[in-house]
Amino acid sequence: MFETLSLISLQQYWWLIVSLLGALFVFLMFVQGGETLFFTIAKTETEKSLLVNTLGRKWEFTFTTLVTFGGAFFASFPLFYATSFGGAYWVWFAILISFVIQAVSYEFRKKPANFLGTKTFEIFLFINGLLGPVLVGTAVGTFFNGAMFSLDDMKHVTWGTPFRGLEAVLTFHNLALGLAVLFLSRVLGLLYFMNSIDNEAIFERSKKHLLYNTVPFLIFFLYFVIALLFKDGFAYKPGTGEIIIESYKYLHNLLAMPINTLMFLVGVVGVLWGIISTLLKGGTKGIWFAGGGTVLTVWALLILAAFNHTSFYPSVFDLQSSLTIENASSSRFTLVSMSYVSLFVPFVLGYIWYAWKSMNNKKISSEELEQEHHAY
Amino acid sequence: MLDGINVALVDWSRAQFALTAMYHWIFVPLTLGLGILVAIMETLYVKTGNPEWKRITRFWMTLFGINFAIGVATGIILEFEFGTNWSNYSWFVGDIFGAPLAIEGILAFFMESTFIAIMFFGWNKVSKSFHLTATWLTAIGANLSALWILVANAWMQKPVGMVFNPETARMEMTSFWEVLFSPMAVHKFLHTTSSGFVLAAIFVIGISAWFILKGRDIIFARKSIIVGAIFGFVAIIYTIFTGDSSARDIAHYQPMKFAAFEGLYNGSEGAGLVALGLISRNTSDPSNENLKDFTVKIEIPNILSYMAFLNWNAFVPGINDLIRGNEKFGVLAAADKISRGKIAIEKLKAFKEAKKSGPRALGAKADSLKTEIMNPDFQKNYFSYFGYGYIADVNTLVPSVALAFYSFHIMVVLGMYFIFFFLIALFYTLKGKIHKKKTFLRIAIWTIPLAYLASQAGWVLAEVGRQPWVIQDLMPTMAAVTKISVGAVQVTFWLFAIIFTTLLIAEIKIMMRQIKIGPNSEGGAK
Repeated sequence: MFETLSLISLQQYWWLIVSLLGALFVFLMFVQGGETLFFTIAKTETEKSLLVNTLGRKWEFTFTTLVTFGGAFFASFPLFYATSFGGAYWVWFAILISFVIQAVSYEFRKKPANFLGTKTFEIFLFINGLLGPVLVGTAVGTFFNGAMFSLDDMKHVTWGTPFRGLEAVLTFHNLALGLAVLFLSRVLGLLYFMNSIDNEAIFERSKKHLLYNTVPFLIFFLYFVIALLFKDGFAYKPGTGEIIIESYKYLHNLLAMPINTLMFLVGVVGVLWGIISTLLKGGTKGIWFAGGGTVLTVWALLILAAFNHTSFYPSVFDLQSSLTIENASSSRFTLVSMSYVSLFVPFVLGYIWYAWKSMNNKKISSEELEQEHHAY
Repeated sequence: MLDGINVALVDWSRAQFALTAMYHWIFVPLTLGLGILVAIMETLYVKTGNPEWKRITRFWMTLFGINFAIGVATGIILEFEFGTNWSNYSWFVGDIFGAPLAIEGILAFFMESTFIAIMFFGWNKVSKSFHLTATWLTAIGANLSALWILVANAWMQKPVGMVFNPETARMEMTSFWEVLFSPMAVHKFLHTTSSGFVLAAIFVIGISAWFILKGRDIIFARKSIIVGAIFGFVAIIYTIFTGDSSARDIAHYQPMKFAAFEGLYNGSEGAGLVALGLISRNTSDPSNENLKDFTVKIEIPNILSYMAFLNWNAFVPGINDLIRGNEKFGVLAAADKISRGKIAIEKLKAFKEAKKSGPRALGAKADSLKTEIMNPDFQKNYFSYFGYGYIADVNTLVPSVALAFYSFHIMVVLGMYFIFFFLIALFYTLKGKIHKKKTFLRIAIWTIPLAYLASQAGWVLAEVGRQPWVIQDLMPTMAAVTKISVGAVQVTFWLFAIIFTTLLIAEIKIMMRQIKIGPNSEGGAK
């Protein structure tokens, strides 16, 4: 089945899968957004436990999606894995450490004799909630603004600054994406609280903070998108693979790929509708519109970064070292083999949906927590 | 080709990976085994309807959850460290190594993370049978994730199903099934997971023994010991069988590692197995300080030959044979392998130069060089020694003999002890005498750290024993490392050391408190 596809089709197929995983990860960062809101939304210990427990039943999905995203990137575009992780050393370790401290915090937070105290684990969760989205967003910003690396004949990476990736925050366009992702994750976190917790006070406070977080999200997001459409981009010549700077490259991409543009617009409308409908009508379904919209928007942005002969990981240190889906991918054989594995993805999504539905068919309440044998 | 790479960088990068892997491996075997044990206990609850089994299941499930969280935390670092600290390696083998990691995420981690939520929080939300299914799927998911990472690790010990492509300067997969079903991968998976089952069984028996010593929850403890001992006995027998197969794989594909962990300096026909031995500080071989004499050793004749090749009189090469060569038995000298490796590297350099120099006249030269490199004969006779081209001193081809020897023997001796441990635990419990056997109960508690020691020793043997290779014969560890300042790696090493140690202390304290609370009132948020 996949054997008949051309190499470029396989590379595009795998970019679509990796991008979809990235988009799902951004949606699932509602967990991180929610973690930054424990001290804002909760006024009592019971309320805080409700917030922690509702996210505590979902954090593994975000975590697993991140790990799978890494694994899929490694399998399909190993040169990106080697270049970015080996090069932007400090950025990736900062992201990873924030996820390491998250992984234990839900389980350990309320356990007797937890050595560091409940407050420490709550602070760990806050750090993960803050650093995770900002750094991931800033790192993805380098897909459009470039990074400081060069590659030799053997594809060994050399980084152009001693800051090993941290310099990305000095480019405001990268940082704007990081901040947009942070406020989006907070918006999604609030919508998730409203959807899954049976508590009137939490609902009202979440609704109030939804507006406060939507405004900065829109400012940073619109700045990022508008600046993106007017900036120079990194194109490559088909055949030779030579990297060139092209004015309005991402605007050109938007115009050249109308289906992707439509997906982007539907996604943005979905996010806005999820927020606005919740603010106006006070419903609980906003998370699904905003979540679905997030997936479509991020997916479209990542496609914009790599398709239509665009370098998805440009180097501003040595332009010709820039990575494209053609020069960074695995071999044809591996892509074909992996494509068969990708047929399991709908099945995986199916059982995740079924399990999610089984667990979320009733909102979490303080009564349920009191009876719960295993609570965070 | 290795500009900017120095010994300190390689050592610190190795130390960081070893630190992360060893911490990770404290938690993983318990997850692998306890997941299955909890699923068995819950099956007994669903089958019998006896609420005592539910109480037992929930207690062990609580400990499973505490352990699982920290295993996940250390695991994510390991996955990404391949990129951050071993970027040259990541490119060189990403075409092959990345696939198992991706499959691990898609097929195993999602299964684990989806159903663990139901396992913990679904008792009152889903049916009994759905809950039991979720518990089994969590345990299976954990073991499936081990399958894929062990396939990747086995490939590093015995690369199969690939060809070197000079165009991309990396190994490329030619057969997925060869990678998945290589004997090294199959045996490694079975041996490693079953050793996790053994550790978890010992954990359950040891903690149950503590309850009996305290005169608490006797029925709970006895039932737990019966399940743990039966499961553990089956698992240890299987571990020994698969360990034997793994040893044979090593004898065939990693003869230097085999010779090192057996302390076999000079090969012979009908080689004897050193059952027990002590290595002295002295060496009778001034050319290699690593080859220390034995102060004392108990050797069983011919067993090593049989173990390695199923032939009592087979020739087993020793370290000196592998370094100096042994024409009689067809063992190639290390110097010959180095020359062949250098030819492979030079050929690759020439190809890269030809590609760079000009499009037309030299293009034909590049094509012809590529054809030459891709030729199966060249791949077999030269490229399969590619990594040797980086080796400057033949003595560096010998891993630390003392570390390999002791880790192997600790693992094997403890494995033998565990057989008797499980049998005695089962015998006393079934006879109803376990509560009277105070000494055995104390031994059972102290067997828990021994299980961890055996488990760690296995990995020390696997990873230290294959040095200097990160990919056997193809890529030495020094060629795999990311070019980064030593200071950066030192900072992250100490950062991880502090974080992991702090979390380990927290985990142990929480676990011990939860055990003291016992099966009647275990739980969290109250």
